[in-house]
Amino acid sequence: MGDKMSGTIITITSGKGGVGKTTATANVSTALALQGKQVVAIDADIGLRNLDVVMGLENRIVYDLVHVVEGACRLRQAMIKDKRLDGLYLIPAAQSRDKSAVSAQDMITICEQLRADFDFILIDSPAGIEQGFKNAVAPADHVIVITTPEVSAVRDADRIIGLIEADEKGPARLIVNRLRPDMIERGDMLDTTDVIDVLAIDLLGVVPDDESIIVSTNRGVPAVMENNSRAGQAFRNIAGRLLGQDIPLMEIEAPTSWLHRIGKLMRRP
Amino acid sequence: MNWLNALFGRQEPTSRDIAKNRLQLVLVQDRVNMSPQLVQTLKDELIAVISKYVEIDAENMEVTFTQSKRQSRLTADIPVIGARAER
Repeated sequence: MGDKMSGTIITITSGKGGVGKTTATANVSTALALQGKQVVAIDADIGLRNLDVVMGLENRIVYDLVHVVEGACRLRQAMIKDKRLDGLYLIPAAQSRDKSAVSAQDMITICEQLRADFDFILIDSPAGIEQGFKNAVAPADHVIVITTPEVSAVRDADRIIGLIEADEKGPARLIVNRLRPDMIERGDMLDTTDVIDVLAIDLLGVVPDDESIIVSTNRGVPAVMENNSRAGQAFRNIAGRLLGQDIPLMEIEAPTSWLHRIGKLMRRP
Repeated sequence: MNWLNALFGRQEPTSRDIAKNRLQLVLVQDRVNMSPQLVQTLKDELIAVISKYVEIDAENMEVTFTQSKRQSRLTADIPVIGARAER
């Protein structure tokens, strides 16, 4: 893989499950590789592996993270090369084991080895605040917290942000996922400003709720590979920001009805 | 009556407003790890301690946790009526 690099280790976590950690990890990793970077994504959710199916690499797994930790294979052997992109690799989680099979120190050792060969090492954290989360955050240079604009997800995000700060891994940056402009418009969903007000951390990106995420997960092709996916564009923007590019936030707008427009005119002072 | 709300501006707080409000309150408790009951106990003990030195208007005392960025701050606003007569 050529010259010695000094890669950046980024952990994606959330507290609450099901808010889009794995989707974000797959898409941001793929988007970084699309920009010509050497990227490895690590699934740290031991026992509940999923990053492999989201990336469409589930049929190529021979060795996993636990095999590496236990010395059953070399690190290289557990790295699955992506089908479509040069420079994108996956280290899958073990499916038949539990969190105790890997320690925080194991994660640090593995990531430090990878740092020499990759520009980015992205870690998909398990949900929760237990050992699996701690293992995922231990090697991180930066932590990304992802939430949806729902009370329960935001509350858990706040908890995890506090733990990240206590661990001296902060300040974390936030992705607000699955925004629905129509609901925000009618006052039935928190918008990005509300979430940022409450959590008081920096915003890394906003991702609209988008059916194309489900379709792309069905196919095992991350949405960033599709040019006309809105969510895919949002994740490409996030990857660009991680590369230091100055990309404005995606406008998440509702299709406005004529009644709303008249209403706005009438309310104008 | 969504279209009426859209036309005239709605009066009721939206579920979005309610969500934000509830979150702000619950996060204050989460961050300092204190239940409303514990805050009441803190308030009672504050009254007891301060009353040893000055006469206060306990009825109108306010003890609140506020947030600036991710820093929690305990603010006590205690009206003083006068000095204790006997020391």
